[in-house]
Amino acid sequence: MIMNILYLIAAICFIFSLKGLSSPETAYYGNVCGIVGMFLAGCAAYLAVDVPFGTSDLWFSLVAIVIGGGVGITIAKSVSMTNLPQMVAGFHSLVGLAAVLVTFATYFAPEIFNIASVDGTIGKCSLLEMGIGAAIGAITFSGSVVAFLKLDGVYGGHNVSSAVNAFLASSVVSLITWFVISESIYALTLFTLFAFMLGFTLIAPVGGADMPVIVSMLNSYSGWATAGIGFTLQNDLLIIIGALVGASGAILSYVMCRGMNRSLCNVMFVSGANRTSKTYNVVSKSSNSYSFRAGAPEDAAFILKNAKSVIIVPGYGMATSQAQHSLKEFGDILKKNGTSVRYAIHPVAGRMPGHMNVLLAEAGIPYEDVFELDEINRDFASCDVAYVVGANDITNPATKNDPSSSIYGMPVLEVEKAKIVLFLKRSIGCGYAGVDNELFYSQNTMMLLGDAKKTTESIIKAL
Amino acid sequence: MDCYFSDFLNDFVIFIGNAGCYPREVCNAQSGANFHLLTVFVLACFVGYYVIWKVTPALHAPLMSVTNAISSVIVVGAIFAATQSFCPQAKWCGFAAVVLVSINIFGGFMVTHRMLSMFRKK
Repeated sequence: MIMNILYLIAAICFIFSLKGLSSPETAYYGNVCGIVGMFLAGCAAYLAVDVPFGTSDLWFSLVAIVIGGGVGITIAKSVSMTNLPQMVAGFHSLVGLAAVLVTFATYFAPEIFNIASVDGTIGKCSLLEMGIGAAIGAITFSGSVVAFLKLDGVYGGHNVSSAVNAFLASSVVSLITWFVISESIYALTLFTLFAFMLGFTLIAPVGGADMPVIVSMLNSYSGWATAGIGFTLQNDLLIIIGALVGASGAILSYVMCRGMNRSLCNVMFVSGANRTSKTYNVVSKSSNSYSFRAGAPEDAAFILKNAKSVIIVPGYGMATSQAQHSLKEFGDILKKNGTSVRYAIHPVAGRMPGHMNVLLAEAGIPYEDVFELDEINRDFASCDVAYVVGANDITNPATKNDPSSSIYGMPVLEVEKAKIVLFLKRSIGCGYAGVDNELFYSQNTMMLLGDAKKTTESIIKAL
Repeated sequence: MDCYFSDFLNDFVIFIGNAGCYPREVCNAQSGANFHLLTVFVLACFVGYYVIWKVTPALHAPLMSVTNAISSVIVVGAIFAATQSFCPQAKWCGFAAVVLVSINIFGGFMVTHRMLSMFRKK
């Protein structure tokens, strides 16, 4: 009974921890709420298993917690905010693998979870739930590992034909059916292996620009896996949390897809390589026929000195060159000058939802100066300078003018409406979507080629 | 008419509760419990839907890391397996699961804490 009350309080704590995220002031306490919830859930589990103090079983599990906790804290303290997406993807994989392991433990010892009938067999419902939980867990695991490797730049990706995916998916389904009927360990092992492969083949072909969608989708999967295990263990808390996390990931994927004007199916099954190969020809053609205006940092400083309002548009390039700190200094100098400085963030800027916001917050840029796409897009027309730092596709006007472009229809930040666009970029090449940006060759654009951090620093000097 | 409809509903509910079950006798005892779990699941999905839409887009990164941490509540099942079973395979599966999930819990909350502290400082 006490254990059920603790589960209930823990569930409420978790809901509050998510609700706290509606504003940065409450979010901090929300996280504390989440920690309390997790502590209570752990206490409830120990109460439920009722192991006497000092037994080897108790120490066994506490040692596991200490090992895991130590590793977790070390990772979390050392990870840089640029590498946050990799870390989150890596952590998703652990939830997936844990779900698979718990399913195997349930299979080996059903009696401790009260799902074995008198003769020691497991009910068919429970077998089905186990099957679903383990399959989703396995897909989450291998999918997240692939996402991790891709985000880390270790692995570039493969093209996988949809026939392979269809074959693997149907094998998983039929093996789960076999498992439910036969309760065989071979079926369990086999469908888990097939689900591992399916996770790999699903995520391997997805392009780098679509990573925010994939990371949020895997977040959702880790939730559904938790809920699946909750059904197996008949545990309300696991089901509630699984549903919350699943809903969260699903909503984030939806927001990301909307940010790119694509459907989830399109992201998953229209492979990135196909799309880019088509557009490369266009790139070479257009690079030859136009020329762009390159500027020196001193020219940019002169323009900025005379500007009344500046909107800064950060992209993943800012994260890779760690330019956020010099950007903060840059903004402060402009503000002292009497210029209004604001930041515009596109939903899919960076490699995970909200990535840019975290980096700007890391540099100490006030939350009030940072605006979302819908809030600020109209203001570009009235601003003097748009300062684009390592962003490309999210500013491309081809999304409005060129129906043949692969990113046509994607909502973008309308930087071309600003009087002058300063484009900080490493090279004149195309962005992740593999599409050329006509903005580079426009009359009111000045390209500042080179490392975003160094360029910003030299502008600061010139100011 | 009402009566037929409620009978139909009743059958439907039993059908859902028994989904995937065979033979029926084994499942009848379970179906009530399963339906209760399904109810909890569906309602929690709604709670999640409304709570998550309220999250400000600026905090989507901490949202991901905190959901990642709380989905590790699966540790409850892992603790059961690690402490209670007499079967060594189940025990080691449980042990490994507890280690993995603890990385997630401590790491997830820690990194969320780091991020939110950044948003807090003025």
